[in-house]
Amino acid sequence: MIEITNLHKRFGKNTVLSGVNLSLQEPGIHAVLGPNGSGKTTLIKSILGMVCPDQGSISIGGQPTGGQWLYRKDLGYLPQIAEFPGNLKVGELFRMIEDLRQQPAAPEPLVERFGLQPFLNKKLSTLSGGTRQKVNLVLTFMFEPPVYILDEPTTGLDPGALIALKELIRTRVGSGALFLITTHIMPLVEEMAQSVIYLLEGKVYFEGSLKTLYTLTGKTHVEPAIAAIAARHHV
Amino acid sequence: MFKIVRYSFQDLLRSRWSYVYFAFYLLLGFVMLFLNHDLAKGVITLMNVIIILVPLIATIFGVMYYYSSREFTALLLAQPIRRSRIFLGQYLGVAGSLSLSLVLGLGLPFVLYGLFRSPAIWDFVLLLVTGVFLNLIFTALAFLVALSNDNRIKGFGYAVLLWLFLAVVYDGIFLLSLILFEEYPLDSFALGATLLNPIDLSRTLILLKLDISALLGYTGAVFKAFFGTSLGMLVSLGVLGLWTAAPVAALVRKARHKDF
Ligand SMILES: Nc1ncnc2c1ncn2[C@@H]1O[C@H](COP(=O)(O)OP(=O)(O)O)[C@@H](O)[C@H]1O
Ligand SMILES: [Mg+2]
Repeated sequence: MIEITNLHKRFGKNTVLSGVNLSLQEPGIHAVLGPNGSGKTTLIKSILGMVCPDQGSISIGGQPTGGQWLYRKDLGYLPQIAEFPGNLKVGELFRMIEDLRQQPAAPEPLVERFGLQPFLNKKLSTLSGGTRQKVNLVLTFMFEPPVYILDEPTTGLDPGALIALKELIRTRVGSGALFLITTHIMPLVEEMAQSVIYLLEGKVYFEGSLKTLYTLTGKTHVEPAIAAIAARHHV
Repeated sequence: MFKIVRYSFQDLLRSRWSYVYFAFYLLLGFVMLFLNHDLAKGVITLMNVIIILVPLIATIFGVMYYYSSREFTALLLAQPIRRSRIFLGQYLGVAGSLSLSLVLGLGLPFVLYGLFRSPAIWDFVLLLVTGVFLNLIFTALAFLVALSNDNRIKGFGYAVLLWLFLAVVYDGIFLLSLILFEEYPLDSFALGATLLNPIDLSRTLILLKLDISALLGYTGAVFKAFFGTSLGMLVSLGVLGLWTAAPVAALVRKARHKDF
């Protein structure tokens, strides 16, 4: 589904991605791991066409994405930082994005699931961080695209919302969707991920299934396993 | 794209600033008419105010809107929408709402004063057309400056400096060079200098229409001598069109390669 070849990106003197290669074919959850500043968000934004890579190519479903826009119909994106026009109301925001995307959307069940009904008529600028993140989630999941890209989706969520999110992801995976998720929550990765991508200083240090990660490193948890991979490359 | 124009426009209709500008132009129109008691004279005084203030207001409003709608932009960038449409749509929303404030705000007092029965009607219409052009041009310049500067203080500063340069400094430099190079033939220089500044160009256009030689000044006289009145007006309108197209094209180009 997503094919990334030799991706390079620099911001001024700061090299953020240096030759990323990735091939995500199977539906399921692909977790992108890596410390802060390792380029996860930049990688994701390159896929979405929000960041313009200096070199390399990205294709989705066999179609190159460079300079294109229509392919974003097939992507559901949850940004790391939820940015909304402050003077819109929550309900208006849902309707606006539905109207702009020209795709059928079903926000109601999600609004209910995340308990957002009391906020539908509230201005977005007045919401707390966790509530904004729930709005962010509804915005992403109210469509049913084949590919989801979630940048640290659990930030600020209460335990109930976290359970709802996990269920939601499982259901969509069940109907054949592909997820690319960045997160720092290792139990989540161990519980759900089908493959792990470890990004460090703009390079992919590991790409493969959890099982491969464990056999390669001789560990039984993700955290020590990626630490072992990082250490191996830094001797 | 029209959806984005509509959403930007709706967003602006909720903003108090749109009404402030509308009220400002309304007041300006009434005051001009009150002071002049005459539609034709009102048009002349109004021209002098408009060619300076419309660019300033468009500059400030354009920069402000760009920075305050960054969240909206970020949201749109992740949707299946062409990048150029996102920025053109927002630009047209802002320039459109400013132009609406201008046309309604000034139009209302003049219509109440009997504009439709006055021979000055076409002068007034041309004044509004020029005002709309200045809105389009300076909103585009403001967007372009803001798009090139992520730091909003810097962007604001550069945009206002650009206005200051075109509205005030440019004429000063021009006059100075006229004095310094007195003995050279300066006609083509004067012609070029007028065409290269949308504010001077607007002034010349309106004065050509009003046909008041005394106010035309040196550059206007050269302009008139070179093109004649009707061709001169056509040329200045055409160049104002180019002045609109150039920053809009630059805006689209810039937007295409920007990282968000
Ligand atoms: N628009 C930008 N302009 C300049 N530098 C940026 C920009 N976006 C990200 N960076 C830099 O790129 C690096 C990687 O950031 P990011 O991709 O957000 O990392 P991560 O998501 O893995 O924490 C950071 O050093 C950050 O400062
Ligand atoms: Mg990040």
